[in-house]
Amino acid sequence: MATLEVRNLQTSFFTKAGEVKAVDDVSFTVDRGQVLGLVGESGSGKTVTGFSIMGLVDAPGRVVGGQIRFQGEDLVGVSPKRWQALRGNQIAMVFQDPMMTLNPVLRIDTQMIEAIRAHQRVSRDQARVMARDALGQVGIPSADERLKAYPHQFSGGMRQRVSIAIALLNRPDLIVADEPTTALDVTIQGQILYEVQKLCRDTGTALIWITHDLSVIAGLADVVAVMYAGRIVEFGEVDDVLDRPSHPYTSGLIGSIPSRNQRGQRLQQISGMTPSLLNLPVGCAFRSRCAYAQEVCAVAPEVSGGDDGRRRLRCHRPLLGGGLLQESV
Amino acid sequence: MTKAFVNEDHAPILELRDVSKRFVKRLDLAAKLANYLGANVKEEVVHAVDQVSLSIGHGEVVGLVGESGCGKSTLGRIVAGVHQPSDGEVCYQSEPMAGMTGQRAREVALSVQMIFQDPMSSLNPRLRVFDIVGEAPLFHRVVDRNGLEDYVREVMLRVGLDPEFMRRYPHQFSGGQRQRIGIARALAVNPQFLVCDEPVAALDVSIQAQVLNLFMDLRAELSLTYLFISHDLGVVEHLSDRVVIMYLGRVVEIATTDELFQEPAHPYTQALLAEVPRIETRRRRFEPVRGEIPSPLEPPSGCHFHPRCPHAMKRCVEEIPVLKMTNSGRHVACHLSED
Repeated sequence: MATLEVRNLQTSFFTKAGEVKAVDDVSFTVDRGQVLGLVGESGSGKTVTGFSIMGLVDAPGRVVGGQIRFQGEDLVGVSPKRWQALRGNQIAMVFQDPMMTLNPVLRIDTQMIEAIRAHQRVSRDQARVMARDALGQVGIPSADERLKAYPHQFSGGMRQRVSIAIALLNRPDLIVADEPTTALDVTIQGQILYEVQKLCRDTGTALIWITHDLSVIAGLADVVAVMYAGRIVEFGEVDDVLDRPSHPYTSGLIGSIPSRNQRGQRLQQISGMTPSLLNLPVGCAFRSRCAYAQEVCAVAPEVSGGDDGRRRLRCHRPLLGGGLLQESV
Repeated sequence: MTKAFVNEDHAPILELRDVSKRFVKRLDLAAKLANYLGANVKEEVVHAVDQVSLSIGHGEVVGLVGESGCGKSTLGRIVAGVHQPSDGEVCYQSEPMAGMTGQRAREVALSVQMIFQDPMSSLNPRLRVFDIVGEAPLFHRVVDRNGLEDYVREVMLRVGLDPEFMRRYPHQFSGGQRQRIGIARALAVNPQFLVCDEPVAALDVSIQAQVLNLFMDLRAELSLTYLFISHDLGVVEHLSDRVVIMYLGRVVEIATTDELFQEPAHPYTQALLAEVPRIETRRRRFEPVRGEIPSPLEPPSGCHFHPRCPHAMKRCVEEIPVLKMTNSGRHVACHLSED
């Protein structure tokens, strides 16, 4: 059984200006020990997808449809009490800004011991040992002393490690990480990716890594889901999707990244900008920016391909390998 | 002292000679009182930029790379004239900028312009685009009031903005368009030299590509020179002719882009390059550099990189390595490269 199975998830925000479908018909599965990369630009719904899985969507937002099956249990609409038992225990989240996780006026040990004792029947001393081990696990030196420090006494990279250590405390089966390394320097990002990767390998924790950076996904993830305007437009194994993108948007994103072999040349660019979710164009949301769009794209494309769930696509005019357009769909 | 490193192909438009910038936190009244009573409170000094020499040729794009706190933005601000150097001098077309007066000083100030990272905090939210772009050229008499509207129209077209929007406010634009407004403002006074401080860091990938293309087009059309500051090695590799790597206020390596990326010489550059995630590398095992960037308040002795360097030896702790030309003709500040 997959650790997490999301089926036709829909999350909407009901604003004065109307219903904003931030996540619309999103489906994917994550297996034990697997890393799913959820990629998209700002406003694509990737963070709201993460928040929906964690049950953290607040009013005016609400999950309006679909299922989120975590180890077989549907998480949509479970009681706050059940959430309390799940969150921080079996499912944990790492935020972009570690200060969202950490309480600035409490020492690290207080916060970590509290998180352990909320879910496990252990003594304060046992919890302290576990907290120290968790800090060591994410590469924080002299963990014993660092436990007594306050969050402001850590550097940004160290703080992010602490928040990852807190996520690990109760050995969760699933971690949702929302852009955890975006604000960090490359050498620090490298250190954190290293720890996370080791962890998934060693403990079988499933990981959803939300980011806008395809290059990080390339190095870290097993499968990748590309989101655009609230929908997953392409899903598949990392090598498959990055080497042979089928959706024009995925292909455009990959082309936008400055890479080795085309120095000084113009970058392939996607014209226009991300549409507002309030007034999406009818049909395919990418239509107005797509070089291959035709009349057929005025009808919203359904998900095609992959009953086995390996490769899925939402496009009328998919590309064949190397950017060639598939003839007559 | 170290000599300024000239790229042979281009006549230098701008030179930095042993430029340093120190920020001092002066003692406040309480600290002075405490000292009076016998405590030993010292002024805190940050060496943001430490004896940097660099020469940038006309029409060249120099990438300046480093992690947060390495002094790259401070160096950029010194070049743009926002900060005055504590030591050393900045020369524009071989003329020290500090000694210039009157008309010439104004001319030079206009020819070096700066583009900032976050367009939202560098554009006045209460001015319309017309005023943001048009204010400087009007004040400096690049155009007169009658020709101003046409002039602003022309500049907006050049950076890919619809001139119809010139009466709008910055908040009515998207992030990429706002950055274009920042670029238009800089271009409006016909500069020769642009200091770009992380101009695409805040943008989405697809928008980033649009803005990078714009930078390349403008360079070709207007034969501009860029000092392009970024932490993103991919972006720098794409745009630059030459790359300067900084660590804790000092330049550790200068090389042409090809050389640097093919064969990084300084251990820090090597570590940095190894950490850059690339779309071509899949499911790699990340091998991290040890340690954190030290505080610039108390930098390590000798070579600043020695606590994190895999090759550090006794000499690295004691002696500051000087930026020297190696046998292969590039500039590296490392004791290992000297023999």
